[in-house]
Amino acid sequence: MTNTVMILGMAAVTVFVKAALFVLGDRVVFPPLLKQALGFVPVTVLTAIIVPMILSPNGEGLELTWTNPQLVGALAAVLACVVTGKQLLTIAVALGVFFTWQLGVLA
Amino acid sequence: MTRRSSFAAGARDTLPMVIGAAPFGVIFGTLVAAGPLAAWQGQLMSLSVYAGSSQFIALGLVAGHAGLAVIWLTTLIVNLRHALYAATLLPHVAHLPARWRWTLGFFLTDETFAVMAGYYARQPRAPLGHWYFLGSCLSMYANWQFWTLVGLLFGAAFPQLQSLGLDFAMVATFIAIVVPQLASLPNFAAAVAAGGVAYLGQDVPYKLGLMAAVVAGVAVGMALQRWRSGGLEAGRREEEAA
Repeated sequence: MTNTVMILGMAAVTVFVKAALFVLGDRVVFPPLLKQALGFVPVTVLTAIIVPMILSPNGEGLELTWTNPQLVGALAAVLACVVTGKQLLTIAVALGVFFTWQLGVLA
Repeated sequence: MTRRSSFAAGARDTLPMVIGAAPFGVIFGTLVAAGPLAAWQGQLMSLSVYAGSSQFIALGLVAGHAGLAVIWLTTLIVNLRHALYAATLLPHVAHLPARWRWTLGFFLTDETFAVMAGYYARQPRAPLGHWYFLGSCLSMYANWQFWTLVGLLFGAAFPQLQSLGLDFAMVATFIAIVVPQLASLPNFAAAVAAGGVAYLGQDVPYKLGLMAAVVAGVAVGMALQRWRSGGLEAGRREEEAA
């Protein structure tokens, strides 16, 4: 019982955080400075999520070596994206290099 | 573009995220099966809370006999980044009927935010963008429910899922979204700052390292942008004077 209450409370908190701004819609007006700041959110938050996954995939310090498949795959992705500018191709190349490295080169 | 094709495109473009999230769904289900919650409560959490990292953290807190208030406050802090996502995407959904805004808000995740940020960067005024958004949301949601259930039922059969590194699909997709935006100097510097702080702060609890990284990145980006536009204005004044 307590656990169900805990879960439903978590759900309420999370729905509030996720949906409140969307629900307010046009009633929310951001000042220009904040709008400008929000423009930087995608590039910063996505980078912030993946950099630790690439640099220390095991959570045990910096792994700047060729034996780190995440690092090798990420470098391949950046290269593929810069050269081709194609999203799907970038993902395909990255996954190909990553799994080749993980299952072929390092295995 | 029809509603259906827009929906399908959103679902398709989310596929790498779906692959990346699958092992975490299984692992979550496995942990529930091994812990104090009933199996149906684990599924209820995936259905109603639907925010992976806070679900994992809650399991840890329940096992540690934390009180309700602590768990709810932790959930709030860990999920705070979603408010930032909502604020960023708001201009693209503010015109929609309320039922759409409730729905898209409920289904917002890291992965769908990434997909939508990339989508709106490419086509800021797509009239059926909300169908694309919904396609991304529902494929992610169905995937999370399915793999939670698999974990609850058969978790013990997949001991090595995490070491497969399927979450690299998410990393690859994020790179494909971020790299084209790095052409501008303020964006590039913002990303470098955010990545650096995120790396240094990865062990800070409640995902606060991530929030600090975003704040640092935004600050650096804003400073550079102002400095450049200040420089441009000074240049214009010099031209006018000459």
